[in-house]
Amino acid sequence: MATTSIEKEDTIRLGKPVVVGRYNLGARINHWITAGSLILLALSGLAFFHPSLFFLTGLFGGGQEARAFHPWIGVLLFFSFAGLFIRFWRANLPEKSDKEWLAHANDLIAGNEEKLPEAGRYNPIQKFNFWCMSLLIIALIVTGLVIWDQYFYDWTTIPQKRVAVLLHSLAAVALICIWIVHVYAVIWARGTLRAMTRGSVTGGWAWRHHRRWLKELVEHHKFKKPATPAE
Amino acid sequence: MEPSPHTATSNPPVAATAANANLTERDLVRRSASTVPPPARQLEPVAKLIDVSKCIGCKACQSACVEWNDTNPALETNTGIYENPHDLTPDMFTLMRFSEWENPQTGNLEWLIRKDGCMHCEDPGCLKACPAPGAIVQYSNGIVDFIHENCIGCGYCIKGCPFNIPRISKVDHTAYKCTLCSDRVAVGQGPACAKACPTHAITFGTKDDMKKLADSRIEDLKSRGFEKAGLYDPPGVGGTHVMYVLHHNDQPEIYSGLPKDPKVSPVVNAWKGMAKYVGFAAMGLAAAAGVLHSVLAGPNRVTREDEEKAEDLVKEKA
Repeated sequence: MATTSIEKEDTIRLGKPVVVGRYNLGARINHWITAGSLILLALSGLAFFHPSLFFLTGLFGGGQEARAFHPWIGVLLFFSFAGLFIRFWRANLPEKSDKEWLAHANDLIAGNEEKLPEAGRYNPIQKFNFWCMSLLIIALIVTGLVIWDQYFYDWTTIPQKRVAVLLHSLAAVALICIWIVHVYAVIWARGTLRAMTRGSVTGGWAWRHHRRWLKELVEHHKFKKPATPAE
Repeated sequence: MEPSPHTATSNPPVAATAANANLTERDLVRRSASTVPPPARQLEPVAKLIDVSKCIGCKACQSACVEWNDTNPALETNTGIYENPHDLTPDMFTLMRFSEWENPQTGNLEWLIRKDGCMHCEDPGCLKACPAPGAIVQYSNGIVDFIHENCIGCGYCIKGCPFNIPRISKVDHTAYKCTLCSDRVAVGQGPACAKACPTHAITFGTKDDMKKLADSRIEDLKSRGFEKAGLYDPPGVGGTHVMYVLHHNDQPEIYSGLPKDPKVSPVVNAWKGMAKYVGFAAMGLAAAAGVLHSVLAGPNRVTREDEEKAEDLVKEKA
């Protein structure tokens, strides 16, 4: 059985219910910095995307401020996401079993999750989102630098900037769509959000959604004594 | 149609027209990132005509522009070319561009001097690209103006412009370009450059008058052997309110890269048109799919059974 889908921080804590550590504090802080900067970028970016949303610049203190902050928040997002990428890219590598899982993806959407092959730490849809995010963020930082006139105006020609601004807006739209899927999936699969707040999920959650991951953890004796009975 | 305040060489009294409040909000036909009600009155379209064949390259227009607009272009170093400064800048709204061209038909070396600056397009790409409400406006007489207090300094106007005109100031982070001296025109004065031009290579008046003047100039040029002389009023941008008389109108590119058939780039049109609809549709669909799925499928809850299975699995091994 492949072991690549286990991260160092993953541990099983015995008890009733069983609790499985999924994200350590560093991963969670890293995630929420990324999430916060992504939301700020979406708000300021959408303000430039369409006049009907220009009022959103008010959240940043005005149009000039939104224009000035947006690229810097983008730099923050890039490095923050790079941290997540380094943490999770291994667990998101495609596996042979993903193909069969995807063949049953309809069952997941229809609510028959038990018909799906057991998923590792991430299921193929999560992996797809991860790689889309990664590629889109690279596209956004590259095209973003091209249209960051304040510092990089002389680096490119005007026709190149035109293409960059079009690609930047399309990549941003795609990223927002992926983000909507990501957020909805967290809301839909109840008990998921606590992985990024408390850092852990229940054993039942792992059994239901990422059974192979749970089995691998058991297999590798990734146990940790419960810190307090209340946990 | 009301007569537009204009003048070529005379200085009409200012007070009478000033009280009329020309070129205010009520004369707008376009306003960036917003819609304006159709104006109650239509001013007569104006135009600046630049007769390249009469220009002697003295740069009086540049000096007048600097003086009227109170800009202070930085002193630069002489790099062996006539252009000074090296390019349009946030402090230099107009620039004499010089090119030496060998006419293959006559073998003559021709010194082509073109006064570069905003063309005041009838269909302005800068205004189309601008995301800030009211940062770029177009008056019913054709003048395209930047309203600095609304400008956010994003540089989208640069991407929209087919002529490479707007420049962003590093000082106040807003975009600058020729205003066609809208503040002077509003009170019946011609643009500063036109007033300063010693050879009347620059004239200002109604667009109709300027076209008539251009016709007579073109006729004269043709009689002197410039068979391809003509008026540069490019239809790709709906015509412009700054027009050139060119002695070689068949090849405008030889005048320091004046575009032959300028139009707003299709990339800009896609970005400002299709991308918006596709973008909102995609984001809306993603959100709608989520709502629909949550209504139809309901939440995916971990069951008591799941927890027990997990406990059994863990107990076995622990």
